[in-house]
Amino acid sequence: MRAFTYERVRTPQEAAQAVARTPGARFIAGGTNLLDLMKLGIERPTHLVDVNRLGLDTIEATAEGGLRIGAMVRNADLAAHARVRRDYAVLTRALVAGASAQLRNKATTGGNLLQRSRCPYFYDTSKPCNKRQPGSGCAAIGGFSRNLAILGVSDKCISQHPSDMAVAMRLLDAKVETMMPDGTTRAIAIANFHTLPGETPHIENVLKAGEFITAVSLPKPLGGKHFYRKVRDRASYAFATVSVAMVKGPGVQRFAFGGIGTKPWRVEAAERLSGADAIAEAVLAGAQSTQQNRFKLALTRRTLAAVLTEA
Amino acid sequence: MPYDDEALSPCVTRRALLAGGAVGVATVSTPVLAFEAESKATAPSPPTVDVSLSVNGHRHQLRLDPRVTLLDALREHLALTGTKKGCDHGQCGACTVIVEGRRINSCLTLAVMHDGEAVTTIEGLGTPDKLHPMQAAFVKHDGFQCGYCTPGQICSSVAMLGEIEKGIPSHVTPDLDHVVFSDAEVRERMSGNICRCAAYPNIVAAIREVHGGAE
Repeated sequence: MRAFTYERVRTPQEAAQAVARTPGARFIAGGTNLLDLMKLGIERPTHLVDVNRLGLDTIEATAEGGLRIGAMVRNADLAAHARVRRDYAVLTRALVAGASAQLRNKATTGGNLLQRSRCPYFYDTSKPCNKRQPGSGCAAIGGFSRNLAILGVSDKCISQHPSDMAVAMRLLDAKVETMMPDGTTRAIAIANFHTLPGETPHIENVLKAGEFITAVSLPKPLGGKHFYRKVRDRASYAFATVSVAMVKGPGVQRFAFGGIGTKPWRVEAAERLSGADAIAEAVLAGAQSTQQNRFKLALTRRTLAAVLTEA
Repeated sequence: MPYDDEALSPCVTRRALLAGGAVGVATVSTPVLAFEAESKATAPSPPTVDVSLSVNGHRHQLRLDPRVTLLDALREHLALTGTKKGCDHGQCGACTVIVEGRRINSCLTLAVMHDGEAVTTIEGLGTPDKLHPMQAAFVKHDGFQCGYCTPGQICSSVAMLGEIEKGIPSHVTPDLDHVVFSDAEVRERMSGNICRCAAYPNIVAAIREVHGGAE
């Protein structure tokens, strides 16, 4: 691992300022993704700003009847929270479908949204990757692409977004609350938070330099029955090949998808349709598959059909 | 200020051989990748950080390179080699320890991030004379062959039973509000601990016995 200096800060604004003023600085929260990538030389921060002790670890009811989840709330605590289990079960289901218990005890709500690619070529420093080294090319296109994205891809990158949690957040229309180095704040709709790879796959979200995630807020509950169905290569502790989040009940039908998009995927227009074939056709419009991941088209439709049968 | 890692002779011996100090230890614990080789020779060490850890009830003051993971602090600085380094990337669970009551991968966290916190390792669960019930059950049920993953498996399973007790749901929990012990729950909840010898059925049997379920 490359050398870095370490700093612990006391307030969110101090955190934002510390990262903004230090070239090469990064926030570290749970660290489960960042340290992994630092050991491989893929992430090379010169300075780490530890944001674990800022007190952003509570879940509170909002005046609008929703929930405000502190950015440092661990994935395990978010999944187990009584109101999340009762009112946002799709989020609990998505969280417990991801990673291992040890990782969920450490990984944070804010950090999960920022986790980086799991594409094998992002990890393989002997191969070109536009995410890791902008302009170097994409070894995944024409390479081992079986588990990579079919939606939102570009000729520069076909990496799928790895998060389960973010798929549920997308379905729930969460908002990402942030603080700038000057202390101003903003709330970013989750739909606009992650960016498509386009010509710049190394840019993965709309955060500005030093901008720090303080919380993720959920609007009031949707009601309905909640599902998260994840298809993967083993029964546990693996990234999604295809996942389907669904909330369905009187007056509500929403879907979001993981494993197939370069960001958490949701097509609102498809939610007015009925039947797996029609919905899948609308969701998968514009899909671009490789020979190896073409099966995800049929698998998405079938997984959706299976979830609809459960409802 | 005395640093008690300096007093541990196994460490000192190794460190002396490796040209001493925290830099030597960091070199041992860091895979030397080809692209890092050129920078290794010239890169200066970052300033050290003071870290206080309570490990198995004993307080330790350490002065560490900030790169030192909790796993390396335990093994290389405190000579607590019960905790194992398997993949060093959070994939195998061999490094599982219990920090502030929660199981985590000690390889994927920096020691300095845990300043002032309490850590329980396999050495703190039981002793050869007085095994923790989970250790005894692993012996009784042959819950291992080579034994390399075992400290992680045991720390993980002890914490895992606590999670079931607290009603924390898992991926296989049918009703999120009613968590009930079952073999399926154990298998799912222990999926972060890989056993290359595939002692899984016996690990599940050991955990089942400690939980108090039927044989």
